[in-house]
Amino acid sequence: MTDLERHQYDVVVIGAGGAGLRAAIEAREHGLRTAIVCKSLFGKAHTVMAEGGIAASMGNANPRDSWQVHFRDTMRGGKFLNHPRMAELHAMEAPQRVWELETYGALFDRTADGKISQRNFGGHQYPRLAHVGDRTGLELIRTLQQKIVSLQQEDLREHGDLDARLRVFPELTVTELPRTAGKVAGAFGYWRESGRFVLFEAPAVILATGGIGKSFKVTSNSWEYTGDGHALALRTGAGLVNMEFVQFHPTGMVWPPSVKGILVTESVRGDGGVLRNSEGKRFMFDYVPEVFRGQYADSEEEADRWYDDAENNLRPPELLPRDEVARAINTEVKEGRGSPHGGVFLDVSTRLPAEEIRRRLPSMHHQFKELADVDITAEPMEVGPTCHYVMGGVEVHPDTAATSVPGLFAAGEVAGGMHGSNRLGGNSLSDLLVFGRRAGAGAAAYVALLGDQRPAVAEADVSAAAEVALAPFAADTGENPYTLHQELQQTMNDLVGIIRREGEMKEALTRLTVFRERLDHLSVEGHRQFNPGWHLALDLRNMLLVSECIALAALERQESRGGHTREDHPGMDPTWRGVNLVCRLPEPSDPAGAVTLTRQPVPTMRRDLLELFDRAELGKYYTPAELSVLDVPAAADGSREDQP
Amino acid sequence: MTYDASFRVWRGDAAGGALVSFAVEVNEGEVVLDIIHRLQATQAPDLAVRWNCKAGKCGSCSAEVNGRPRLLCMTRMSTFTEEETITVTPMRAFPVLRDLVTDVSFNYDKARQVPAFSPPDLAPGDYRMAQVDVERSQEFRKCIECFLCQDVCHVVRDHEDNKPAYSGPRYLMRIAELDMHPLDRLDRRSVAREEHGLGQCNITKCCSEVCPEHIKITDNALIPLKERVADRTYDPVVWLAHTIRRRGRPRG
Repeated sequence: MTDLERHQYDVVVIGAGGAGLRAAIEAREHGLRTAIVCKSLFGKAHTVMAEGGIAASMGNANPRDSWQVHFRDTMRGGKFLNHPRMAELHAMEAPQRVWELETYGALFDRTADGKISQRNFGGHQYPRLAHVGDRTGLELIRTLQQKIVSLQQEDLREHGDLDARLRVFPELTVTELPRTAGKVAGAFGYWRESGRFVLFEAPAVILATGGIGKSFKVTSNSWEYTGDGHALALRTGAGLVNMEFVQFHPTGMVWPPSVKGILVTESVRGDGGVLRNSEGKRFMFDYVPEVFRGQYADSEEEADRWYDDAENNLRPPELLPRDEVARAINTEVKEGRGSPHGGVFLDVSTRLPAEEIRRRLPSMHHQFKELADVDITAEPMEVGPTCHYVMGGVEVHPDTAATSVPGLFAAGEVAGGMHGSNRLGGNSLSDLLVFGRRAGAGAAAYVALLGDQRPAVAEADVSAAAEVALAPFAADTGENPYTLHQELQQTMNDLVGIIRREGEMKEALTRLTVFRERLDHLSVEGHRQFNPGWHLALDLRNMLLVSECIALAALERQESRGGHTREDHPGMDPTWRGVNLVCRLPEPSDPAGAVTLTRQPVPTMRRDLLELFDRAELGKYYTPAELSVLDVPAAADGSREDQP
Repeated sequence: MTYDASFRVWRGDAAGGALVSFAVEVNEGEVVLDIIHRLQATQAPDLAVRWNCKAGKCGSCSAEVNGRPRLLCMTRMSTFTEEETITVTPMRAFPVLRDLVTDVSFNYDKARQVPAFSPPDLAPGDYRMAQVDVERSQEFRKCIECFLCQDVCHVVRDHEDNKPAYSGPRYLMRIAELDMHPLDRLDRRSVAREEHGLGQCNITKCCSEVCPEHIKITDNALIPLKERVADRTYDPVVWLAHTIRRRGRPRG
């Protein structure tokens, strides 16, 4: 191919959010020549939208916090479907990852004694979220971005070139990952600006592409969230786990229509905000599920006392994990107790002084004022569930972030397992840092092991990738990518949304089959230079593939757990707790190949981790047979060998 | 509430272009970016525009609306009358790539010339800072890098040839931010003046006016930085006093 720009790197990181940047820093510090490729400008990744904070058991606000408590909260939040080793590593390493950010220049809010301040959040037993007002994601991305600049300045001093070992390729979309003899050989994509093709020849690729929210109509996610990494992993031969678990954040804006779905941070509730229905009732007290009985207050008086005296009172039910709150809001609205625009009321105006609200929640104050003419210091907000996060993702090895495909790694939202069936607020930013770093180190170890036996990219693979990318220009059918996208979003929202039914999901799968046929006939106008219609046509391919995985897995799992609620199977079923659903493309190179679904066991939890919980609590989730391991005397069972 | 608005959108590339007129539907509560998206979906599928979060948090959708630098996602249609023609053009201070998308690499190049945070000799976890001391820099770290301040600053907007020697409000503020970081170890005053053109800023405050985050760029970052540079450059007594005073503080 003549019209092809070529680069050679040791590792290519796809995605420049928290996970991608942390992975790139680690890879570069291990001596790898590292490329960071991202669809947007540098510093615009979706991480910037994270508001509340980074969960890490530093114990600055409550010295009783520890990684074990954080681990317990994470497993409870995920309803014990989490990969226990991932949850363990995450809880253990999060504090170091946060402290490290300070050495990069981050400025978190402080406690009275000058340490990093920590705030309350849903599902976290102690105040645990390091934060900067309600713009923590911006602080995280800017800090990592600036750390990368500082490494580039080191390279300038050492090699005379800022880009010598670490280069950012902004506004470049990767469409394929060529493989040779089963190993990743590089990444193929196009510059959004010029439409020109680029080939990265690299033995290791780290996926850090984030989520899939743009397949849904009401979402807090930006246009970039088209499931690229999920789809690339499938097409490269890796598996996706837990795809049925999609988090609907309980509080998105509902009015005006053009901002529907935009996130309203959970910090509003963490800092005292309460949810009320149209009758003025704090309805969350009616929705504390059996598994959380005894962990949440059952009167308003006790809940209110908790903000000042958390030792002697139980926390308010507004701070239940997100899946519980989202379902409760959904029920209130459905039963006719919603707000005028189909949400419920979130009120902080009667709970904190106006000045305090402006200080703690500046961007929420700004967002409502500018976009909805609502002054949150004087009146309640109207909120409702919005598609926010996918728990499911690429199946990875916890310690190295390696996938089943040699040379392919994944970290952050695109990876699966860490959060089980539901993610706790604040656990995403820490996930990005912990597993971003591990992916960078994992890729470095892999590249070292590979030595000079690097797989070469086959020219035929490059031509094939270029042909697929250019197909929409060849078609002249008038099938409009914007129309197909809107229909996909409506379908996923209506039929595979927050409450799911068998018939609807079957209908969704039928429609997805039709969409896939229409995908082959998409046509775009204009030329290759910064052409959003063309970009969308290519992104749609990924969105459809990922949507199919979500619908298939959601249809298969006949229970309700975390981010997966079946109206026809309302209860949580312990026999399903031990089951992971894995999606694959059996013939990854076949563009028309169908997704298959297999069941495999959830990795078992080591005994010492199991023993962090009360037996009675475990009994709510596990089958008796699964817990019989605890009946054997500790010394004899050898559970320590059960390392993943 | 729904009506048809008349829009004029600049379309073209580096070689040239023109304003193109559209009549386009507007619904209650919408912002200019919604209208641009509707144009893409219905009339101009290849209309180029940058955007990401659509919530005023990422700073991607910067352009000029009726000649004023704005975020398209935070410019509500209700601020215009139904009869008004709304003109959307790319940021003027940067080279056009296509339609509303400009080449903003000037900003990223300047970012890479600001000496990075120079950490103190403390172990991770041992950093102690008072809230009141971090707040000054925190204000500047609210910056979403929309580059509207860079676009509006007449030092580069009207004088392209100033670009090599002048980094613009965003990066002078970045230097101020690091200068005010309680634990940063570098003295950044000479860099600000000699390498980033602090002296060329003549405090007209246009940058603060367009800042969507309402950061007081001029009052809180640029003027204090100018004062510190002036102290050092022109007043030996002040310089000596500063040096002695600074010795007693943890920043060394």
